[in-house]
Amino acid sequence: MNTIINFLFAAIKAGTPLLLGTTGEIITEKSGSLNLGVEGLMYMGAFAGFYAGYKTNSVIIAVIASMLMAMFGALIFAFLTVTLQANQNVTGLTLTIFGSGLSIFFGQQMINNEGGKPSMSVDFMAKLAEEPLPLLGDIPVVGKILFSHNPLVYLAVVIAILAWIYIRFTRAGLNMRAVGENAAAADASGINVNRVKYMNILLGGGVCGIGGAYIAIINSYGGWDNGCINGQGWISVALVIFASWSPAKAILGSLVFGAFSAFQIRANEFASAFPALSFLAEIPSAIYVMLPFLLTAIILIFTSIRGKREGAQPANCGINYYREER
Amino acid sequence: MQQNKTEFAIELKGITKTFGSVVANHNIDLSVKQGEILALLGENGSGKTTLMNMLSGIYRPDSGSIYVNGKEVFINSPEDAKKLGIGMIHQHFKLVDVLSAADNIYIGSKKEGFFLSGKRFDKITELCEKTGLEIDPHKPVYSMSVSEKQTVEIIKVLYYGANILILDEPTAVLTPQETQKLFSIMRNMKEAGCAIIIITHKLNEVLEISDRVTILRKGESVATVKTAETTAKELTELMVGHSVELSIDRPEPDRGEVLLTVTHLSIANDDNVDVIKDISFELYEGEILGVAGVAGSGQKELCEAITGLQKIRQGSILYKKENIEGKSPRDIIKLGIAMSFIPEDRLGMGLAASMNITDNMLLKSYRDSSTPFVDRKSAAEVAERIVKDLEIATPGINIPVRRLSGGNVQKVLLGREIESAPKVLITAYAVRGLDINSSYTIYDNINIQKKKGVGVLFIGEDLDVMLELCDRIMVLCHGEITGIVDAKNVTKEQLGLLMTAAVKEGEAHE
Repeated sequence: MNTIINFLFAAIKAGTPLLLGTTGEIITEKSGSLNLGVEGLMYMGAFAGFYAGYKTNSVIIAVIASMLMAMFGALIFAFLTVTLQANQNVTGLTLTIFGSGLSIFFGQQMINNEGGKPSMSVDFMAKLAEEPLPLLGDIPVVGKILFSHNPLVYLAVVIAILAWIYIRFTRAGLNMRAVGENAAAADASGINVNRVKYMNILLGGGVCGIGGAYIAIINSYGGWDNGCINGQGWISVALVIFASWSPAKAILGSLVFGAFSAFQIRANEFASAFPALSFLAEIPSAIYVMLPFLLTAIILIFTSIRGKREGAQPANCGINYYREER
Repeated sequence: MQQNKTEFAIELKGITKTFGSVVANHNIDLSVKQGEILALLGENGSGKTTLMNMLSGIYRPDSGSIYVNGKEVFINSPEDAKKLGIGMIHQHFKLVDVLSAADNIYIGSKKEGFFLSGKRFDKITELCEKTGLEIDPHKPVYSMSVSEKQTVEIIKVLYYGANILILDEPTAVLTPQETQKLFSIMRNMKEAGCAIIIITHKLNEVLEISDRVTILRKGESVATVKTAETTAKELTELMVGHSVELSIDRPEPDRGEVLLTVTHLSIANDDNVDVIKDISFELYEGEILGVAGVAGSGQKELCEAITGLQKIRQGSILYKKENIEGKSPRDIIKLGIAMSFIPEDRLGMGLAASMNITDNMLLKSYRDSSTPFVDRKSAAEVAERIVKDLEIATPGINIPVRRLSGGNVQKVLLGREIESAPKVLITAYAVRGLDINSSYTIYDNINIQKKKGVGVLFIGEDLDVMLELCDRIMVLCHGEITGIVDAKNVTKEQLGLLMTAAVKEGEAHE
């Protein structure tokens, strides 16, 4: 029983940065921009968040710094693709290279200056301790799985729910969906397309950045690691499809993907706890690393068969809009 | 009302707009009064849509001034136009497919609160009741017919309280009945004091609905006349710049043997619903068989089945007694069935938009080359000849076809199909959106084919034209044939009734 509880707990913990990355990318894509630079944005957020937290000992400043840094990266993307009409795929890929390079460069500088890999203070990590919430945390089983996390986990879920409400139930969300689906129609309806795109690219980028900070601080147990993001930005991009562009479904999706990465570490634990599952220990861990991508491929097949228009990629996603184009 | 202080709702003075080296509008003057319907008439590429796009804020004029209700204004964006009460219904609807009718209306709205209210659907229903329009506010746009989409556009404009309305070729996709409905809506709005500008190619509609007509030719406004004091002939001459024969020549059909025999044909769509239901007809050598029907009555599927693009569920299609079922499009082309299929999206199925005219010719003939290399030289000759014969306005044969205007794209496609010397020619909406001159060039070419003994299946939408051009007209309604009639002995109204299956053939002749 404990094995399963621990496993689900770990799945949520591992899924949180994916949830942030996915939510950020959903906001971006819903407004019509395909930003493949999530990996880079997460790297930028990772370094900025870590460094700000390390220097100030404040979690809030760390989170804000990670957001601002990733928004700066997103601003580059927005300026190039919206204002200068550059190709979105190329710009996004370049942003990934730029963002990870920048983060590793400054990360290495930090290591050199500090004379070794820096670590967060005990005081700082205590603020992010995994403690049961009052009342809710006392519920048996559920309390341990859902309500005994570090505060950033709840922040991520709240952000995802707010994003879902924003996209589905607000006027601003309707306008941004219109831009993402048919920019010309939105423009003719009097929406400032460029402004909507800029705002959502920045907003989405900022959310991705928090995901980066989460990885740098929580996943690395408070110590800086130059290669910390390690493809999780890319998994986030795949998760957007898995979640069919809904932040609410992204909560579930990130849990599934988080479970896979939790499984990588815990396969042996499962094998020893349940004799029937002893074969799990025999499977090479590379299989578990591969599983999320395999699942994405399978999901892609099913979503394309279902062919429902509402859960599909926004029609104008990845396409630049220029009003006077003939 | 305050607006009535000035006589003109809109006045344009000396408007000029250029795209690169192309002058789209040059020194144009135009005015519309309150409570007036102005028709804007002109050939393709005469600058009508460009001019209207400047009123709706899509383009900005290079020079000239715009006055709305007597005050000079600068319209920099669609938002500005909206604030001035200018609403435009575009030729290509500007709607978001995945959103419901109501949400499409609320896009960009400043009247609603921060959150979308569940009552927003009821509000649209209320507005519909007030204006006599009909729409299901929950229905997503992708499952709507063209006329429903147009209704959404109109409601949207009304919702914003626009009192200056611009309609860009609104009747191009409507049945005669739907057109009449639209016209009565327009008349109601005119009664309410709105100023309306309508762009259309159809002269009879201009004469029916408008109060005044402004004619554009080659980007300049050549004349403004009162509708009551003019005729179709005068309008055409003003538009084209020289006198034109307005009737379509219809040579007596020299019917030869049967080319196509379709018997009990049924075609199912992707959802396994029959879109063509048990139809039978024959196409002879040397005749033009028109196919009339509301858009989406199965015309597309019929064309695709004959050309081998669509599976047949039941029945058979014989070409000179040879069954073509199961043959690939390539085999069917070899038999001599040329399909000049021109769907709504002209560049979608017929031509490759970013390739030039020569390469588009090659699309159909590249396999005939005896070497592994592409024979571009003879294709270029064909391209040159087609450009000359069909009077295609293009700077050269090496220009990507997407840069040509709609009419010229059409001519390229028709030219290529005729080049392959077909026995059967299928054209769908061959003149959609084309001006009078281009249309007549196309009709003439179809007639030349007919005289050569080609059987032509002409899928059309302008009933006036079909009555003049076709020998027989087959009417489709919901995938069934409601009648095959002799084009000389039938009226437009009778066809309209057959199209909506209000009557079956026989009754229509009473």
